[in-house]
Amino acid sequence: MSLQDTIAIRPVAEALRRARAGKSYWARVRERLLSDPATVTVTALLLVIVVMALAAPLIATYDPSAASVFARLKSPGYPGHWLGTDEVGRDLWSRMLYGGRLTLLCGVAPVAGALVIGGSLGLAAGYRGGLVNSVIMRSMDVLYAFPSILLAIAICGMLGSGLGNTILALTVTFIPPIVRISETITTQVRSFEFVEAARASGATAVSVIRFHILNNVLGPILVYATSLISICIILAAGLSFLGLGVTPPDAEWGLMLNNLRQAIWANPLVAALPGVMIFATSMCFNLMSDGLRSAMDVRL
Amino acid sequence: MWFFIARRVLYAVPILLGASLVVFVLMKMVPGDAADVLIPPEAPKEVAAMIRARFGLDQPLHIQYLRWLQAMASGDFGVSIFTNQPVAEELFGALANTLKLALPAVFLGVSLGVLFGALAAYYHGTWLDKLFSAFAITGVSLPHYWVGMVLVAIFAVVLNVLPGQGMGPEGFPSTWEQIKHLILPVVTLSLIPMGVVSRLVRANVLEIRSMEFVSALAAKGLTGRRVLLHIMKNAAPSALALMGLQFGYLLAGSILVETVFNWPGSGSLMNLAIFRRDIPVLSATILVLAAIFVAINIAVDVLQALIDPRMRR
Repeated sequence: MSLQDTIAIRPVAEALRRARAGKSYWARVRERLLSDPATVTVTALLLVIVVMALAAPLIATYDPSAASVFARLKSPGYPGHWLGTDEVGRDLWSRMLYGGRLTLLCGVAPVAGALVIGGSLGLAAGYRGGLVNSVIMRSMDVLYAFPSILLAIAICGMLGSGLGNTILALTVTFIPPIVRISETITTQVRSFEFVEAARASGATAVSVIRFHILNNVLGPILVYATSLISICIILAAGLSFLGLGVTPPDAEWGLMLNNLRQAIWANPLVAALPGVMIFATSMCFNLMSDGLRSAMDVRL
Repeated sequence: MWFFIARRVLYAVPILLGASLVVFVLMKMVPGDAADVLIPPEAPKEVAAMIRARFGLDQPLHIQYLRWLQAMASGDFGVSIFTNQPVAEELFGALANTLKLALPAVFLGVSLGVLFGALAAYYHGTWLDKLFSAFAITGVSLPHYWVGMVLVAIFAVVLNVLPGQGMGPEGFPSTWEQIKHLILPVVTLSLIPMGVVSRLVRANVLEIRSMEFVSALAAKGLTGRRVLLHIMKNAAPSALALMGLQFGYLLAGSILVETVFNWPGSGSLMNLAIFRRDIPVLSATILVLAAIFVAINIAVDVLQALIDPRMRR
């Protein structure tokens, strides 16, 4: 290669490099997210809550099940228990920390499970079409006949309370909406021309799904899933509130709310505290979902 | 039009059958048999087998399902294990009580929601929009059972102006004695419909406002409020549809609020049945609520098709 050739190649290489340096979709999404102060604040708050819940054994001041007859229903500011105590004398700060773990688990795990199962079912139904589509969508229609809270209560009520049953019930409750959304989007994307081109060039179904369809489906589904997490947290706390979710003596925000319900006549402030955390966490997920929606430019 | 209605109703039949199958499968997954409650533990095997045969529990599962389905369809919901009363009476009495809560709640929630959503969209971009959107998102993220507790704490414990529990005297609410028991639960229940409807109406109105016919109306010289009327007429079908759906959710989802306020409705009945493991009451309640929800869905579809001819597929 003479010097002449090298000099001739450089502008082309330069142009190519500049074209490749154009931002990808996810880089643009990240840029938009970071420039939105509301979403950044809310995500930071959520991270604080999650880290505190995970670090519960390190920052809790008491054992969450250590009861004390003498220190029952004390208001915040009582010496030794800075958030007060519950109706059997357990420290509220420690119970809130440990309760956060279970509540967050019951809020995120079912949606994650439903995302995997429902997403795959919806993708299969949308991609295949025909009989497979009909079978899957009609079964989801049957589950849609129950309002979501009724389905969760029915499953938990029949199978019994406990953490495993709660997560199972909530996963089954959230599978139909995710299947519906992923099937709709997959059907839409499947009709685009680049998919047709890919199949005409001999791509297998798996690679078409992986490289073309999944990218387009992931955005809207992620936005929808984050808004579902906020509903799931409220539903999980509600199930524990009814006695169907987590069982005592485990700490969980909804269960704490139920136990403190009678205490509302004696010490209203302490009785309302777990609800504030449920509200705050749910609101954060909701706002994060809205922020993600505008960052990903999703029209759902 | 009638063809559309007939098609919708016909489509609901396999859905209901599927729902009944789900309820039956859940019933059978309950640990322990229905007859285990009645058979004393020290009974000999022949007695146990005889009791099982009497209740038809030794039949193969699909026969049991068909017999149960036949009983349900003919209105025989069985007898409660606990009270020995027919389930149907208890259930429909409780449902009437829940209706007393759900109907006012859905009207209040949807009216406030439409108002807030329309105002938020009308004043889009100003602080009013942000305020109403904040209301909406708060309504959706609040655990309504907690709000019920807070309202009881404020109005019943601290201020002592409204009762915090119970339903008061029976009958259609017409006296202040009955209505004052209704206020707190209805306000609590109306929060979720308000939040959901408000967000949807706001999104709808914003979308319609960007359509060309709105600019045409403004160019013709219509004032802001008259244009808003035209916009609302276009947004009405989806708002009405959502109202019907929210009513269905409230009917089934009132269990939490009824627990907080000790309201003797279908939610409390379900709660009691779960606590006592009273499977006939529980399964009948779930199936009836699901059937009501399916009926509401059909009614909502028909209503939408009536208002918006584009919906009549």
